[in-house]
Amino acid sequence: MIDQNILDNHNLTRGEFDLIVRLIGREPNLTELGVFSAMWSEHCSYKSSKFYLKQLPTKGSNVVQGPGENAGIIDIGDGQVIVFKIESHNHPSFIEPFQGAATGVGGILRDIFTMGARPIAILDSLRFGPLTSPKNRAIMDGVISGISSYGNSIGVPTVGGEVYFDDCYTLNPLVNVFCLGLADKDKIFYAKTGGAGNAVLYVGSKTGRDGIHGATMASAEFGKETEHKRPNVQVGDPFKEKLLLEACLEVMEHDLIVGIQDMGAAGLTCSTAEMPAKSGTGLEIDLDKVPQREEGMSPYEILLSESQERMLIVALPEKVKAVREVFAKWDLDAVEIGKVIDGGQMKVRFHGEIVVDVPVSAVVDLCPVYQRPVAPPSEPAPASRRVHPVPDDVGRVLLELLSSPTIADKEWVFRQYDHMVQTNTMLLPGADAAVLRIKDSKKALAVTLDGNSLTTQLDPRTGGRIAVAEACRNLACVGARPIGVTNCLNFGNPEKPEVMRQFKEVVEGLSEACRAFGIPVTGGNVSFYNDTEGASIHPTPVLGIVGLLKDIDKVVTPGFKSAGDTVVLLGENKEELSGSEYFKVHFKDESGPPPAIDLAREKAVQETCLAAAEAGLLRSAHDISEGGLAVCAAESGFFSDDGLGCELDLDDGIRVDALIFGETQSRILVTLKPSNVEELLHLAGLNGVKAQIVGKVGGDALRIRQKGRDVVTVPVKTAFEAWKEAIPRYFAIHL
Amino acid sequence: MKFGIVAFPGSNCDFDTFYAFHDVMNQPTVWLWHKDHSLKDVDCVVLPGGFSYGDYLRSGAIARFSPLMQEVLEFAAEGGLVLGICNGFQVLLELGLLPGAMLRNKHLKFLCQFVTIRLENAKTRFTHKGRTGQVLRIPIAHFDGNYFAPPETLEEIEANGQVVFRYTDAEGRLTERANVNGSLHGIAGLTNKNGNVMGMMPHPERAAETLLGSADGRVILESLMSRF
Repeated sequence: MIDQNILDNHNLTRGEFDLIVRLIGREPNLTELGVFSAMWSEHCSYKSSKFYLKQLPTKGSNVVQGPGENAGIIDIGDGQVIVFKIESHNHPSFIEPFQGAATGVGGILRDIFTMGARPIAILDSLRFGPLTSPKNRAIMDGVISGISSYGNSIGVPTVGGEVYFDDCYTLNPLVNVFCLGLADKDKIFYAKTGGAGNAVLYVGSKTGRDGIHGATMASAEFGKETEHKRPNVQVGDPFKEKLLLEACLEVMEHDLIVGIQDMGAAGLTCSTAEMPAKSGTGLEIDLDKVPQREEGMSPYEILLSESQERMLIVALPEKVKAVREVFAKWDLDAVEIGKVIDGGQMKVRFHGEIVVDVPVSAVVDLCPVYQRPVAPPSEPAPASRRVHPVPDDVGRVLLELLSSPTIADKEWVFRQYDHMVQTNTMLLPGADAAVLRIKDSKKALAVTLDGNSLTTQLDPRTGGRIAVAEACRNLACVGARPIGVTNCLNFGNPEKPEVMRQFKEVVEGLSEACRAFGIPVTGGNVSFYNDTEGASIHPTPVLGIVGLLKDIDKVVTPGFKSAGDTVVLLGENKEELSGSEYFKVHFKDESGPPPAIDLAREKAVQETCLAAAEAGLLRSAHDISEGGLAVCAAESGFFSDDGLGCELDLDDGIRVDALIFGETQSRILVTLKPSNVEELLHLAGLNGVKAQIVGKVGGDALRIRQKGRDVVTVPVKTAFEAWKEAIPRYFAIHL
Repeated sequence: MKFGIVAFPGSNCDFDTFYAFHDVMNQPTVWLWHKDHSLKDVDCVVLPGGFSYGDYLRSGAIARFSPLMQEVLEFAAEGGLVLGICNGFQVLLELGLLPGAMLRNKHLKFLCQFVTIRLENAKTRFTHKGRTGQVLRIPIAHFDGNYFAPPETLEEIEANGQVVFRYTDAEGRLTERANVNGSLHGIAGLTNKNGNVMGMMPHPERAAETLLGSADGRVILESLMSRF
């Protein structure tokens, strides 16, 4: 008998249970309830978000596959496609940072190579509580070690990403992992079964008791007893995944299979239900044939285990032998566990008895979709009630900002990742976007992950727009045009109307911005229930945007190149201070409206930068974001080969701290040979963009003047040390 | 010269190494599968980087038992050229083709970065296109690259000129900071006594094109391609 207690343990409501009974025409047994509970979890079903996600633009002439498959696919010409996706692994990474993060990498890699693509890059967006707390340092160290152990071993470079720090992530770190793959357009594979009689093969690792109900766990708030959920976290084996990757790509190369799906969240259940649901067939499997690592596992456990490194493959009966030979070459088992059947049922046998017999459509497609209560739109954020005087020594504040962990150098993080394997990485991590050349072509791909949760907390809609704008701006800075978007939406408990309001407004903001830029969203991931002990995180949309460069010789990098180059500012400086890192770090003030954004102006600025890059005019380009113009100019010096400084003279009549630390949007700092300046100003004029000559590269100091008055003079070396040593110091390792 | 790139399960720089010899340097290059017993008449065997068998035990400790290693041992004994890069170097140590062992890096972290190494001996089959004292900029990517050997072994390999590369700063000076993984004597690469087997932790295949930040690795690739 299914009672309330059992329902609570499965995170199912009474209403959902009643619907299950109606759909299958009887009360489900416990195993069937487990199947529904996993597939109807927020993590797998998107039941709270689906309604809003529909508004995202998903069409485009280059879109081969939009949302709904393991990953999105975009055509990049010359018979090639890119396959990409982002996933969260937030909850497991809090409970067990190393394995939580490692299996996050493993899971997203499988999403990519399931579709026939070789993974060529990983990026991560990580958010932790402040490093002053030993617990937060331990989580960060564990997460980075986990990502590094998995990615390095399997040989996919981790080429970039972001690391942010805020109090709201103390009990709820965010680990969002993005993967990009490259495939031939005529070698894409989907999760389909073909007709009845086809063989169903289980390949990869054996099934154990790890990760049972991981998807359900990820769909609930955490309380104090969260540590007890450790057995719900899976354990990764990157070596096994490397073998699986090579074997899967080999059977695809030789056209030996009909369809394939990885066993990720909800494990065998998910692939056994989704593959036939997408193909209008049914599936019958025998659990006694599933390779098992432990003895005495129940059907419930086998079906819901989230053991890693496993795939389900469907092949024509006459190809089974050839498939098994390829897997044997890679020392992997490929075991026939069932077959495709007509009639749309998912039938599972165990010890000769049918233990699950439910319609696949009920499990996959008929989960209720919720329009949860949404709090009324909030008033525009009121201006900060506190008045902050301009600090006497803004040079000192600059050093404070450069050494704040969100802005400080992340080399301590990314040198633990193999970011060069596969020999395509043209820009080292830390640049505005990662750039990867495509072998045997003149093209390159640029990738960025971006999100700013403080902006989104203060004004979700504006924050959503800014997230897209900034990510595209990062691409423009390296000279790449955006071609496709994936997103990871990290929010609190959707049953709270305030959280749903944030979600609704962020999605609307994202949607508007993607339409303005004309870029399709090809999929993504929603992570709700990022609440621990009742407190929600800031709404944190993370945008993963891929760009294309037609000519690798036109890649632009952020570092200054040579003394005497002219510095030009594209865009306008405004007096916008609230919502900035400066206010947060220096005044501990996180109130007030965030900077405004005008998408048309943003596009014009980016278009100017892109046109200049494509014409070969630019020596460097760097986006002005956290820490404002001063941090941007300092970083351009740090990225130069020989610690170049610059002299800037600005004549805007606004507060000096707004001028140098403000985070007004739609600004890019570029440098170029003096002889190219006129052409750049002409391009800016054509696009209606304000472009002003603000100084020149040179010297060994960062000097900024406002209307001729010195406001900052800091030796590049001093600034560099503040920026470089901040994070290692927390981990007591001296470079 | 015909090159053979060995693929162990878990090798992950095998494609890169193949690409560097075959596509960048335009050399005849073939794959050597770890389960086979044939070296396909190659002139030089290259053991690439990666995580053979996951390196869950000691790095390279299982790969040395691969069937093909029997042929590699015989090939080396007859004077055949064998180059081990990163994990390949670790396998050569486990095979006993080179002396010493690798410990975890001194700060107990995986390290992926460009380093500068000084060429100590330009009179080897692997380095004769360079000059002694030359500083090369080549990336490393490893967890276990902290070279260790007992004092008498160190003395012997130094006396024989077997140390080919040392971690130095950009000016070629040995400093503690430049010795990123803590290797004894700053050793980044060495040969056997006969000079036909070399192991190195830095990845020359990642520094074969200026597009990727450095082409200094060509010193090794070009040395192997041309007559000594």
